[in-house]
Amino acid sequence: MKKRFTFKGGIHPPHFKKATEKISVQRAEVPQTVTIPLQQHIGAPCEPIVKVGDKVKIGQKIGEAKAFVSAPVHSSIAGTVKKLVSLDSSTGSKAMCVVIEADGSNEVHEDIKPKGDINSLTKTEIIQIVKEAGITGMGGAGFPTHVKLSPPPEKKIDSIILNGAECEPYLTADHRLMLENPKKVVYGLKALMKAVDAQNGYIGIEENKPDAIEVMTKTVSNAANIHVVPLKTKYPQGDEKRLINAATGREVPSGGLPMDVGVVVNNVGTAAAIADAIQTGMPVIERIVTITGSAIKEPKNLIVKVGTSFKEVIEQCGGYKEEPGKIISGGPMMGIAQYSDEVPVIKGTSGILVLNKKEAKIPEPQNCIRCGKCVDICPVNLQPLFISQFSLKRMYDEAESYHALDCIECGSCSYICPSKRPLLHSIRMGKREIISKRKKK
Amino acid sequence: MENKLLASSSPHLRSDETISRVMLDVLIALLPATLASVYFFRFNAIKLIVLAVASAIVAEIICQKAMKRPVTVKDLSAVVTGLLLAFNIPASAPWWIPVIGSAFAIVVVKQLFGGLGHNFMNPALAARAMLLASWPVIMTNWVSPGADAVSTATPLAIMAGDAGSDAILPSLTDVFFGNIGGCLGETSAALLILGGIYLLYRRVINWRIPFMYIGTVAVLTLVFGLGFTDMTYHLFTGGLMLGAFYMATDYSSSPVTPLGQIIFGVGCGIITVAIRLKGGYPEGVSYSIILMNLVAPLLDKYTRPKVFGEVK
Repeated sequence: MKKRFTFKGGIHPPHFKKATEKISVQRAEVPQTVTIPLQQHIGAPCEPIVKVGDKVKIGQKIGEAKAFVSAPVHSSIAGTVKKLVSLDSSTGSKAMCVVIEADGSNEVHEDIKPKGDINSLTKTEIIQIVKEAGITGMGGAGFPTHVKLSPPPEKKIDSIILNGAECEPYLTADHRLMLENPKKVVYGLKALMKAVDAQNGYIGIEENKPDAIEVMTKTVSNAANIHVVPLKTKYPQGDEKRLINAATGREVPSGGLPMDVGVVVNNVGTAAAIADAIQTGMPVIERIVTITGSAIKEPKNLIVKVGTSFKEVIEQCGGYKEEPGKIISGGPMMGIAQYSDEVPVIKGTSGILVLNKKEAKIPEPQNCIRCGKCVDICPVNLQPLFISQFSLKRMYDEAESYHALDCIECGSCSYICPSKRPLLHSIRMGKREIISKRKKK
Repeated sequence: MENKLLASSSPHLRSDETISRVMLDVLIALLPATLASVYFFRFNAIKLIVLAVASAIVAEIICQKAMKRPVTVKDLSAVVTGLLLAFNIPASAPWWIPVIGSAFAIVVVKQLFGGLGHNFMNPALAARAMLLASWPVIMTNWVSPGADAVSTATPLAIMAGDAGSDAILPSLTDVFFGNIGGCLGETSAALLILGGIYLLYRRVINWRIPFMYIGTVAVLTLVFGLGFTDMTYHLFTGGLMLGAFYMATDYSSSPVTPLGQIIFGVGCGIITVAIRLKGGYPEGVSYSIILMNLVAPLLDKYTRPKVFGEVK
């Protein structure tokens, strides 16, 4: 039997990937206006460096990152800056946005040109390119990539892991990327390895994507230090610490970071973005988005310009088949439900999932029957039922002593609960209270 | 349209598992043993089972109405409690025994402590203990299976010498398939195991409590008893299979941690064997489970699993 890599715990939700997994990525139409938030990442927001009335070109920087944990933002179209305004973003909070109206010229900014070859670039140059291209985690979390590539000197990185697990149901953006552009992914991986002097590269892919495993294995066949790791199809296989555990056997300490065990994890989409930034000089101004769900007429994988509204993207998929009940940015397990379809696609938008009224309905929670299923499946070995109870009773110290802060918010407990209790929701509340209490001290 | 979108906290996908599905699985698992009890004990079995289940349902409805709580009989947990209680009374019991037992189980043990999931003891077993303490003669008046239903003793009572020196042990085959004296549902070890396998397959229960419990009883009766045959009798009689698969695994009154469940099973086994071999009472399953129910919260507290990446 072929060796399969995985972790302890986890759940097996239905995949729901059939609708889009065989559909090639197409380019979405260039939108008339884009709304580009100046915060699309974890960390400090960018400062706008354009004014209302300015002409901007494709790839031109419009937001400058002043802090270290931040990433610049670029224009995805050529046109005129119409507004600088605070609007709802798909991250669930408000952000300062640059609204640009297209002028139809599709002119690319003059600074966008190839940056050379991995072999001729130095480590620092690669990290600088990554930073300037505004590359952030494309899997959804949106952590600035250059920060991951700049560990303190005492942390030696020996392995880069690319996350191609795509364990979220419905989503197929990474799957299609690996099938259609495997060379770009590997190029990005090599650049990442060079940037931190890592000897080993791994690409973790869940086994429900055998074609992607095959294509990637073929692509890396002449690189002895790069391995494709077939992963058992199980949620949350794509969680960074689970992935490190599966690929290398190492366990990231509680409260620690991957760099503590010598690993940096990046999404396959991030690697492809790095390849683009080096080979063409183009920063992150577009990404592959899976648009799917029961309320979408023609589910698709589209390359969408950052700043395009969800509504416009959905219209290019035939619009709504029935009245939408829930619009989710990302997958169904960790994605963020939106108040409106007027929010923009950002760098981290891996999917637009639209559920119908029936699927969106929240089940009525019943008494906890202490069946212990949440304990069995928790990938972090927590006891979600107790943390949830403590949180609901405002016993935050007790919740903390049950390691509430180790929760990775994967949602497996809420998924499995036969009593339909909002376990993760209450644990999240508890975590927030614990963190704010700590800050006060 | 904006106002009609639902923006709730993730996850947005839920499994199709429900409480009533879990309870339905338990009922399906108990079906073969139920049919066997009807086959062995005829009309008495039907009468007692129907009364126990109906009383449990009625008690739950009245109690929840009186306490102004939502009525939850549709989750089938009261049906399970009623059926398990019926399994725990002798076939010769009068009609009011299951009625009082079910009412006690549902009202006192379950609802007064907060309803489903909050009972600190297995409701059916607590009710059996109450009935046994209140009407000891009725609760130990065993009859042999079949239409003529003559008085008999349970195999364990015979082994303990309580039934007089002339009582003969039934054959192991009879013991295994349930053609012996005992409570309604405890006699057929084979069918109880069959249902237990179904529950394991459906992942309603896991292996830890039943296997550790049965394993502990096997080892201890082999070491401290009278050899292999003696051990086999201990395993397949006295409601061990009923207790191990269906009663000790009661969610509310057993631990949720893996290690806690293992200790719980071993503890049940040790107490059962101690009662059977050294105690003045030939059967030990119900009391051992009730006693371990009491320490389940402590077990949960002290057997917390190591968190991923935790350095101890």
